[in-house]
Order: sequence, then structure tokens, then C-alpha cells
Amino acid sequence: MLLFVLKRLAQSVLVMLVVALIAFALFRYVGDPVDSMVGQDTTLEQRADLRERLGLNDSFLVQYARFIGRAATGDFGQSYRLRQPVDELLAERFPATFELSLVSAVMALLIGVPMGVYTALNRRGLLSRGFMTLSLIGISLPTFLIGILLILVFGVVLRWLPTFGRGDVVQVGWWTSGLMTRSGLSSLIMPAITLAIFQMTLIVRLIRAEMLEVLRADYVKFARARGLKPRTINFSIALKNTLVPVMTIIGLQIGSIIAFAIITESVFQWPGMGLLFIQAIENVDIPVMAAYLMLIAFIFVVINLVVDVLYFVVDPRLRVQGR
Amino acid sequence: MSEVESAIDADLIGWRARLADNDLFHAFIHSPTAIVSTIVTLLICLGALFAPWVAPHDPFDLASVDLMDSLLPPPWMDGGSFSFLLGTDDQGRDVFSAILYGSRISILVGFLSVIFAAAIGVVVGLVAGYAGGLVDAILMRIADVQLSFPAILIALLIDGVLRGILPRGDYDQIAVYVLVLSIGLSFWVQYARTVRSSVMIERTKEYVQASQVIGLPTRTILFRHIMPNVLGPVLVIATIQLALAIITEATLSFLGVGVPPTSPSLGTLIRVGNDYLFSGEWWITIFPGLALVILVLAINLLGDWLRDALNPRLR
Repeated sequence: MLLFVLKRLAQSVLVMLVVALIAFALFRYVGDPVDSMVGQDTTLEQRADLRERLGLNDSFLVQYARFIGRAATGDFGQSYRLRQPVDELLAERFPATFELSLVSAVMALLIGVPMGVYTALNRRGLLSRGFMTLSLIGISLPTFLIGILLILVFGVVLRWLPTFGRGDVVQVGWWTSGLMTRSGLSSLIMPAITLAIFQMTLIVRLIRAEMLEVLRADYVKFARARGLKPRTINFSIALKNTLVPVMTIIGLQIGSIIAFAIITESVFQWPGMGLLFIQAIENVDIPVMAAYLMLIAFIFVVINLVVDVLYFVVDPRLRVQGR
Repeated sequence: MSEVESAIDADLIGWRARLADNDLFHAFIHSPTAIVSTIVTLLICLGALFAPWVAPHDPFDLASVDLMDSLLPPPWMDGGSFSFLLGTDDQGRDVFSAILYGSRISILVGFLSVIFAAAIGVVVGLVAGYAGGLVDAILMRIADVQLSFPAILIALLIDGVLRGILPRGDYDQIAVYVLVLSIGLSFWVQYARTVRSSVMIERTKEYVQASQVIGLPTRTILFRHIMPNVLGPVLVIATIQLALAIITEATLSFLGVGVPPTSPSLGTLIRVGNDYLFSGEWWITIFPGLALVILVLAINLLGDWLRDALNPRLR
């Protein structure tokens, strides 16, 4: 167990180093960092001086090591566009993205899992077919279109919900929360649904496929032969055994949530990290891009690690092999 | 002469008989979903391909566009006109024609990036599966890492980086190729993994051993002998990924990092139209969106059907 975790940990560090290399290369070689920091009227001597002070004349490896050292402490320099430290910018935007992602993930799980189980158990039922068709439409509907449609119906035609921004937020320490005000909550509804639909369709299909697979397994047939109640078989035996692959996907889903949060935030002008990133791309704001890249890689690596460890907890077979 | 003719006839009959006997063809003509989705896909593709002849207006010909016609609603609403079937946008361009031209670019980018991704993936899969050992380990490690990031995010990152490197002025002209490159580079992993696992099975078969024994170069063994035997699943992945690639392109264009408005794709049309949503001109953005959804849905249905038809376990 310990060996396994250590091995995974080493891999994660390697991944982080590679991502850091990409981020560093971006930072160092896309455009000239000095040009991006100084104004037009800076003299050549001042530029050379700045270049020396920033350590841009050092060897590649030294600069790379310095970049990693700084990144580890959260120092990514200043945003070219906003002239603010990047870590502050990200910390300021993080609560918005986090609340949006969390609410949408909970929504997707609460609706998706029961739908998946139902469609697997009543494979040929009319309602199941309806659900499957819906989920196919959900997959074919790009996230940004779902957002636009919601805005059109509930924002423009019915005028029930606000169409952009986060509404009023409450400051709790450094965290800003929109979950405690009326306008914050009503602003959250449409973005959260937009972000949840994509995850939900995936969860429904995945749970269904896994359930169907498990229901065909010998131990389920045996349980039926023993005359156990269908409810026991379906929920205690079958659903439990679908959880391992489902867990992996849900773990990885958090990654897609980050990706699709960028789109959702862009549609609803939600002031989160994704919107910051899109604006950074449009303006070639490299420090923000590099920092965002590293942050995402970090979240991914941590999630993958947690999911791998959870395998051990859930699946006894792995524990036996591990010995 | 008659001998040749009868030989051709026999060949034709043989071909027809084989087609009728073919499981896939049989499954196809008995599946209404497959037939309808194929027809819809073909219709949109043909409309896109022949856009200059099918489209009632040329939305990019400045001489034929009249600002007086701007923001006209579709004909079934007040103030609409039948010469603009789906209304017009802010510059008086016909939305229906713009959709035809737009799907051209969307489908082009979709196809090119899927082909590009499949080419990379198949080669990597062949090499990794055949070489094994360290080469395999390194290639698959890269694939694993990339797979843990969503493709759309990688496409966005590559696109963003390339935007940073390339000069602004030239960018519009090569935007399509940059998109193909970014989407292709983010979609190759699935092909590589599938092909690799098939190659590992094929590698031990007699025909491969035989070609090794007679001393054929590795390149020939890989591409002439093994490759044809592992391409089946690639087709299924390609169909499903075509839909994904089209969505990805539309999304990037919608976010403003894709195709520029000078020669818009469906995503760009939606982005441009989105600004008019709040003032009530919903048709500028909703109709391109609808076209996108129908296209993607049809391809998805086709892919789903193809996967099920080729998977004997589900019958």
C-alpha cells in the first residue's frame, strides 16, 4: 500500500515538473518578458539591467529551477494586463469557480445516479428510453449553447433570473460567497445547471453501462439463484460493484468541470478563474496563463492520487494483489 | 468480350451478394435511427459542400449585402421576408446562407482534425504496441497524462499558446490550421491506446512472425501487414470524435479563440449573434446553434449505432 502510494506520488511529481516545464517555456520564450513589463520609453541599459535582475541571462536549468521554486510558493509574477500579482488574482477568483463547480457537481450526482440506475434496471421501459434520448441530446448540446438557451428563455423572455455576474456576495475572511444572498443564489442557478447537464449525461450513461455489465456477472446470477430479494441484489450487490469505475470517472470529471467551467463562466460572465484565463489568452497575458496551467495540473494530480488511494479502500481485490 | 462482361457481371453479383450478406449492412437497413441520422448528416454535408450553389445569398459578397436588410426576423414573424428564410444579422446578411457557409468550415475543421488525430494516434499505437519495452512505456505514460486532462482544455491551451507565438496580423488566415492542430493534438490518445492493444495481440500471430522471418523491413510489417488488421475500432472512435471535434471547434470559436468572424464557422456565428440575444434578435444566434446541434446529434447517433453494431457482446 505504502509502496503503491509512493510510486504514484513520484509519478505525480514528474507530471508536475513536465507541466512546469511547459509553463516555464511559455513564460520565457513566448514574447520577451522584458518587453511585456516595461514601457516604450525604457532605455536599452535599463532593459539590460532589468534582464540581469530578473535572471534572464542565467542558464536554462537555473531559470527553470528558479521558476519551480517560485511556483511552489505561489509566486507567478505580475499579470501583464492587470498589473497585479497573479496569485492574488487567482485567489480572488477562486471562490466563484469553486462554488459554481461544487453546486453543479452535487446537482449532477443527485439527478444522474438515480437516472442511471433506473435506466439499467428497466432497460426496455419507455421512461428509460426517454432518459437515454435526453442524455444523448445532452451530449450533443455544447455547453455554451445550453447556457445561451437558458439565458434566452429565463433571462430574456421570462426575465426570471439574472443573466450575468455573481450577484451580491458576502465576504467571509478572504472567501467571497454568493451562497448566502438571494441575488447570489439566483445568479448561480443558470450557470450551475449549464455546468451540471454535461456531467449528468455522462454519469447517467456510465452508471447504466456499469450496472448492465455487473447485472450479467456470475455473482449476481448466484445471488438471484439464492432467492435474494431483487432490492438487495440491485442495490447492495450490483450498485456497490459499479462504484469503482464510477469513482474514477467522477474523480476525472472534476477535471472536465474545470474545463467546462471556463466555457460556462465565459457565457455568463461569471467572475471566476476560467473567465480570467480566457481573457488572459485573448490578451496573451502569459503569467496568468502559466499560473492557471500549473494550478489545473496540480488539482488534477491531487485528484488522481486521491482516486487511486480510494481504490484500495473500496476494492479488496487490489489490497490482496498489493501484498 | 462476353467472357469479360460475364466476369464483370459475376463480380457485380458477388459484390451485391456480399453486401446483402454483410452483417453491418443488414443491421443498417433494419435500423431507422441509422438511416435517418445518415440522411441528415449527408444533407448537411452536401449543403455545406455546395454552399455557393445552394445558398440563396452570398453573405460575404459586399455588393449583394444591403444594410437596409439588417436584423430582419424570419418570414413567419412580423417584418420578415421570404427572401431571408431564417432572418438576417446586424449587417443584413442572410442567416440561412451564413449557416451553410459556416457549417462548411465547421465540418472541414472537424474532418481534418479527426484525420490528423487518427494519423498520430495510429502511428503511435502501432509503434508502441510493436516495439514494447521502454518506447511503449514512455509513449503510454505521455498518453496517460494527456488523457487525465479533458481534450477541450488541451485544445484551448495549445490554441492559446500558438496565438501567443504567432503574429496577430497573419493569424486570421491560418486560424483554421491552428484549430486543426490543437484539436488533433488533443484527440490522438484514444486511437493510440486502442491500436496499441490490438497490435499487441496481432504481434504474436503467425503472419507477423512469417513476415519477420522472411526479413521484411519493420516499416512494411507495421503499415502493410498489421495496420489493416487493427483499423476496425479506429472507424468507430473517429465517428464519435468527429462530433466531439465539431463541438470543440464551435466552443473555441465561441470563446473567441477559434475561427475569426471574417470567414465564420457555426461557433463564430453563435458568438457574433450572442450580442444580439438581449435586444430580442434571437434568430441570429439560435439558428446556427440549432444547425450545430442537429449535425452533432446525427453524427453521435450514427457513431452510437456503429459501436453497437460492431460490438457482438451487445447483440
